[in-house]
Amino acid sequence: MSSERSRRGRSPHASLAAHGEPWVWLTGGALALAVAMIVGLLGYIVYHGAGTFWPRSLDLVELSDGRRVLGEEVAREEAPDGSGRRLVRTANFELSGKHFEWFGEGDVAATTRPADATVVERLEGGRFHGFPTRLLHGDEVVADGAEASWAEFHRLHPAARRRWRDAWRIDKEDRGILQRRLRAARLAVVRAGLNAGEDSPASAAARETERLIGVEVARSESELDERTAALRAGNEGWGLEFVAAGGEKMVLPLADIVRACQPNRLSLAGKLGVYFSRWGEFLGDDPREANSAGGVFPAIWGTVAMTLIMALLVAPFGVLAALYLREYATRGPVTAAVRIAINNLAGVPSIVYGAFGLGFFCYVLGGSIDELFFRPALVADGQPTFGTGGLLWAALTLALLTLPVVIVATEEALSSVPNSMREGSYACGASKWQTIRRIVLPRALPGIMTGLILAMARGAGEVAPLMLVGVKKLALDLPIDGSFPFVHPEREFMHLAYLIYDVGFQSPNSQAAKPMVFTITFLLVTIIALLNVAAIWIRGRLRRRYVSQQF
Amino acid sequence: MSTQSDSSAPPDRLAVVASGGQVPSEVHARVRQDPAVLEIEGFNLWYGNKQALHSISMPVPLGKVTALVGPSGCGKSTLLRSVNRLNDLVPSVRITGDMRLNGDSIYDPRLDVIELRKRMGMVFQRPNPFPMSIYENVVYALRIDGETSRAVLDDVCEKSLRGAALWDEVKDRLADSALGLSGGQQQRLCIARAIAAEPEVLLLDEPCSALDPIATGKVEDLIQELRGHYSVLIVTHNMQQASRSSDFTAFMYLGRLIEYGPTTDIFTKPVLRETEAYVTGRFG
Repeated sequence: MSSERSRRGRSPHASLAAHGEPWVWLTGGALALAVAMIVGLLGYIVYHGAGTFWPRSLDLVELSDGRRVLGEEVAREEAPDGSGRRLVRTANFELSGKHFEWFGEGDVAATTRPADATVVERLEGGRFHGFPTRLLHGDEVVADGAEASWAEFHRLHPAARRRWRDAWRIDKEDRGILQRRLRAARLAVVRAGLNAGEDSPASAAARETERLIGVEVARSESELDERTAALRAGNEGWGLEFVAAGGEKMVLPLADIVRACQPNRLSLAGKLGVYFSRWGEFLGDDPREANSAGGVFPAIWGTVAMTLIMALLVAPFGVLAALYLREYATRGPVTAAVRIAINNLAGVPSIVYGAFGLGFFCYVLGGSIDELFFRPALVADGQPTFGTGGLLWAALTLALLTLPVVIVATEEALSSVPNSMREGSYACGASKWQTIRRIVLPRALPGIMTGLILAMARGAGEVAPLMLVGVKKLALDLPIDGSFPFVHPEREFMHLAYLIYDVGFQSPNSQAAKPMVFTITFLLVTIIALLNVAAIWIRGRLRRRYVSQQF
Repeated sequence: MSTQSDSSAPPDRLAVVASGGQVPSEVHARVRQDPAVLEIEGFNLWYGNKQALHSISMPVPLGKVTALVGPSGCGKSTLLRSVNRLNDLVPSVRITGDMRLNGDSIYDPRLDVIELRKRMGMVFQRPNPFPMSIYENVVYALRIDGETSRAVLDDVCEKSLRGAALWDEVKDRLADSALGLSGGQQQRLCIARAIAAEPEVLLLDEPCSALDPIATGKVEDLIQELRGHYSVLIVTHNMQQASRSSDFTAFMYLGRLIEYGPTTDIFTKPVLRETEAYVTGRFG
């Protein structure tokens, strides 16, 4: 009996395995490792991405051969033999032909931080580092000396920027509206010609309308020309003269200066101001200089628009397909084969989806749509409307890519609805569809949301298919904007994931682009996280409404 | 194989049944005196190759409570679910024979099953309220029938909840989720839901087996009150419940109807000694 048991003794092995402590350590360790990797990766991205816009101090480096350079120290390296070198962002590309330069520590004679060293971010040409000397208006010297010219610059620069922005907005938006009207009139002429013939009265009427619109547009354009000329004249001639570290003098027009600051002088509050101002530009402005400067607003807009449209497309499609598979299809070899095929779809490389999207959606479907509905545009200037990549085809392609995820998650959710609820509904005299609509689907909604969350997370980050079906390196027209019909599914757009690839690997100024890659990655991860948080919140509410307080 | 022992003692019916034979059911004459709401005629059911019900024939009297009793696996739940054709949902089921609800054949192949189920109400072993408000649960049967008039739905909701002895407890929180009620309340809600559409027959499948004694008591009182307004067919394995609550009792064993008669007769002077052995608790 018990004495026998104790005589038999317990092997320490058995006891340990029974307690399960090694398994607790193993599973806990695996989880800790996974969390550490995720947190590490995110932390790395955040650290590098968030720090890009921080205004660093400008060093005046005097080299032993007499050369002087003014720049930010970006990186330092130690060689095994003790000698080091530093990477300095020297800017002034048009003067030296380089954006960044390495200097060996042995060549550096002295490093100082002059107070009036200035960093200038320009519309074109990259950054400029120098010391302000005079503020000029044409040949007239308005302010002389470093302090006076800097103060005067601060007084005049905001107005100059505003004038430039207004002129730019007129060019981009107002002229755009006029051009669209002109184009619509042209297309009407082509359409009348196709439908009724070149010599018909309809054609003649359309041509007359086009002529009238042309006159009106020309008049509006000259009005706009006056306004922009006035604005630009207001900025004409105003410039701030700088002297670079090597002694070269340069006059930078005020309108070309996006932002200028003297980082060595800034307090913490001042630096934070510059930091947030740069973030604001990044999030709100259009890109400049082949995407290596300026903002990424069109890409943010494109990413969010495409992800939302993709979710709108995949959700009903996936849920309905899963409903049929789970509820209506008779169990048998055909259903099993369909299910296996869907699961295998998840393993197809995403670029194959891109190729399919291009071939089928763009060329076949889009081409047919163009032939049927958009012939005037094809005839007028040979531009396909839907027959090439665009927002709609990109969203459809990605919806196809993420479809298996949604179907599988929905099937699981439908299976988890207890059969007792279904039987209760049938016993009340409900048909199968009524039971599904009123009982099964609401109960399964949290699980369906999980599938959607996974689909959105996967779809928002895919680059390969997007490159083929509608994402461009630079597309300043937004796919959803203020011009009728407000949603332009045929327009090509920018996408943050593609921007990462483009900025990181195709940029001519790769050193400057590197921190931008981190920042864009940081932004993309944040946007996807926000979309997911929203979806998870919705799922939580659905859970509380339909599933909680189980018996 | 059936065994013939000495001619002095009749063969043990249960042993005959257990070895696969067939025995005639003992149906008391009293059962046929009342008009029948449900008539079961020679009903057989197979799950795949296994026969679960053997030639059941019994009338269920109108306006009375009829109990189906028997040990586990005797087919009482299967029989109950066959009445509202819930077994149609099981793919391997095969049936012969028929049932009639107020004269209409239930297993007529041309019959619309949905319409048929609307004429019956069913309450299951475990309460299964829908993930909706209490109000929506009760009026579910009317909503799927297309009723939208708020006045009608309110009226039916109150009547059904009163009929299920639940009105006073939930009248202030009809919009709350039904999932928040206690077990006993949920089961009474399911009963309210079942009687909301004024069914011709009410099917109760062990309604108290998942409830605590107090809730059980309440539900049993409710069944007493339903008697007269509704015809009730209740499956139970609780002998005391059957003897307290029902007017007629049918004893089933291994898919066969052994004896069927008024409850008082079945419990005090049953015709068969096998029945007496079961109801007095000597087996099962």
